[in-house]
Amino acid sequence: MSTRKIFHVALKDVCLIFRDRSALILMLLAPFLLTIGMGAVTGRFSGSSTNSGIADIPLTIVNADAGQLGDALVEMFTSPDLEALLDSTISTDLSAARAAVDNDESAAVIYIPAGFTDSIIPSPQRSAPPELVQVEFYANPTRPTSSGIVRTILEQFLSQVEIGRISGEVTVTQLLANGYIDPAQAAAVGTSIGQQMVQSSGSTSSIKLINVTEGGGEVEFDTLAYIAPGMALMFLMYTVTYGGLLLIKENRQGTLARMLISPTTSAQVLGGKVIGIFLIAMAQLLILIGGTSLLFGLKWGDPLAVLVLVFAAAFAATGWGIIIAAVFKTPGQVGSVGSALMLIFGLLGGSFFDVSSLPGWVQIISKISPNAWGMEGFLNLAHGGSIVSVGTPVLALLIMGAVLFCAAAFWISRRGLARK
Amino acid sequence: MPPILELHDLVKKYGDFAAVKGISFDIKEGEIFSLLGPNGAGKTTTISVLSTLFSPTSGDATICGHSVTREPMEVKRCIGVVPQELALYEDLTAQENFNFWGSMYGLSGKALSSRIDEVLEQIGLTDKARQRIKTYSGGMKRRVNIGVGLLHKPRLLFMDEPTVGIDPQSRRAILDSVKELNRQGMTVLYTTHYMEEAQELSHRVGIIDHGELIALGTQAELTRQVQETDTLILHIGENEDPQALIDALKDVPGVLRITPTNHEVAIVTPSAEELIAPVVTRADRLGIKVHSIDIREPNLEAVFLHLTGRALRD
Ligand SMILES: Nc1ncnc2c1ncn2[C@@H]1O[C@H](COP(=O)(O)OP(=O)(O)O)[C@@H](O)[C@H]1O
Ligand SMILES: [Mg+2]
Repeated sequence: MSTRKIFHVALKDVCLIFRDRSALILMLLAPFLLTIGMGAVTGRFSGSSTNSGIADIPLTIVNADAGQLGDALVEMFTSPDLEALLDSTISTDLSAARAAVDNDESAAVIYIPAGFTDSIIPSPQRSAPPELVQVEFYANPTRPTSSGIVRTILEQFLSQVEIGRISGEVTVTQLLANGYIDPAQAAAVGTSIGQQMVQSSGSTSSIKLINVTEGGGEVEFDTLAYIAPGMALMFLMYTVTYGGLLLIKENRQGTLARMLISPTTSAQVLGGKVIGIFLIAMAQLLILIGGTSLLFGLKWGDPLAVLVLVFAAAFAATGWGIIIAAVFKTPGQVGSVGSALMLIFGLLGGSFFDVSSLPGWVQIISKISPNAWGMEGFLNLAHGGSIVSVGTPVLALLIMGAVLFCAAAFWISRRGLARK
Repeated sequence: MPPILELHDLVKKYGDFAAVKGISFDIKEGEIFSLLGPNGAGKTTTISVLSTLFSPTSGDATICGHSVTREPMEVKRCIGVVPQELALYEDLTAQENFNFWGSMYGLSGKALSSRIDEVLEQIGLTDKARQRIKTYSGGMKRRVNIGVGLLHKPRLLFMDEPTVGIDPQSRRAILDSVKELNRQGMTVLYTTHYMEEAQELSHRVGIIDHGELIALGTQAELTRQVQETDTLILHIGENEDPQALIDALKDVPGVLRITPTNHEVAIVTPSAEELIAPVVTRADRLGIKVHSIDIREPNLEAVFLHLTGRALRD
């Protein structure tokens, strides 16, 4: 059997996903920004410990609120924790601040309108529900990363202020725009992302940091080394779901049938699809790992061991993507199941908080997620572990992938690859 | 020389529903063969079985000397398929689509790139080759859809309603290119529900209705069946009631069959001239204004009407 065709099918899928802007945002930008946002609230960027490539983001805050929330927001942005990352200016002149953004002197403006505090914390004298006053964010489009970081921190703050107006907004909007979740689900997804973020940001001390390697030497451990793999693994599930959706879409748009009537076997087509998803998943993890290493100087550990672990995690996650596409029929079903799995696995796998504080049975259940095994491996490596220390997670991930592939292959062979 | 395609009693059921109910015909190398029939007749189902996408419920077909059920790989290499629905990657350019589909047919390297240039030339999209398909007009997409089917220079080309839903110029261009491909030696199986297309293109026509082949032959052979009949078409106003007219005319001597189409009433009769006077008088008496009257010589539409009692575009 010619492997060239398998390769062509895979390459085509890689090409398609890299042309889809909203998919790229979710695959790469969302986990990256969430990592930064969570890193910011956990104090990762404080003082001298940051050696990130991004620093001193110029930012103007215009506070017209004269209330405790406005003050708290200003205080957070000017706190020593964020000193190295942000270069905040406090101003009272909104139009001058906006002009600075337009002239590319500033990355963003945060405008806290008058009455912001009142709209959220109603004063006891007033009976009518207050009108909603929203903080405005004015971004410099030529500095998407810098303004994205500011925005993420801002949303972190807002999510702590009010769960109903959630920081997950960006994510949810993107999920929606992509047709990945129904509008009906959006609120629920948003709320659960938001609640988790609030929990995790409010209880950072629950993240247990172990500073000792097996050899006994002290290793500098960084909260980002916990947050970054958690986010990467969570959005890995997004990527493989997208890959599964590509298969369903190809069935709908007739290109799957067209491949099957060319002199190409179903095994070649399916093999190509699987390898395509796998390559995309690998690329996503490697880009996120490379990006956080370069920009924040995050130390992931032994590069070879990281590569082996990435391979195994991408393999297991691809298995989940294929099984969803095999079992469910419509793009809507695949999208909903995929986004549910992304959140459940994210929670179980420790993307939001440390699961080791949870009851034993939850930890056992969490092992069905690639996230839990991946987290275990990445944490071992970040603590200075060698390739031996990821032996168990890698093996578990490979077995998980193999089992899922066999199940998917069985399912597909029963009902055929193309279906109406 | 044996036929390039032979169908033996082909049956295809979807669950309990038989979409194709045992049809047989063959196609000689070098022919354009049209399968003419209304929507839902079973044309696409037949093409899907012939292109090995679905296996037949019973019966078999031999293409280029190979059975579709037993040697599908050999069959796939011999045929090119232009599916009824566009099957392209809208986010890729025409060039990239051709590259991908060419590689699915085992083409590569220089051979593939020079073949892509030829096909782009043929479909007249050379200068748009590097734009994404989603920026194309409907007619341009159709042409790329056809181009993909031509890449590996198939001996036998299936075209499933390639002109549905496009503008007249693109339609003209497609019909001309079918004739040109045939001149260069390609055998074509063409499906359509447009009588005019079958009439213009084909050497032989099979008429298909409700999954059955109800007539087969050259156009001359088919129209001979209805030689004794003319079709009289009465064009009436949009607000007129064709049913009232039909009721009034059905017992006029010489009316064999009478059916409504859009603002028209079609009457099949042995002698059109003799019928004009009584028809006009009766319409007049009903107060229905007849704008114009056409007399049609026997054509494939009349054959279909004669055999089924329905117009092709019901
Ligand atoms: N996948 C399917 N499942 C069930 N019925 C189908 C399916 N595809 C087509 N049909 C039915 O089979 C009949 C023939 O369809 P088709 O071959 O598409 O006709 P045509 O191409 O001539 O318009 C129609 O009645 C159609 O509704
Ligand atoms: Mg059809």
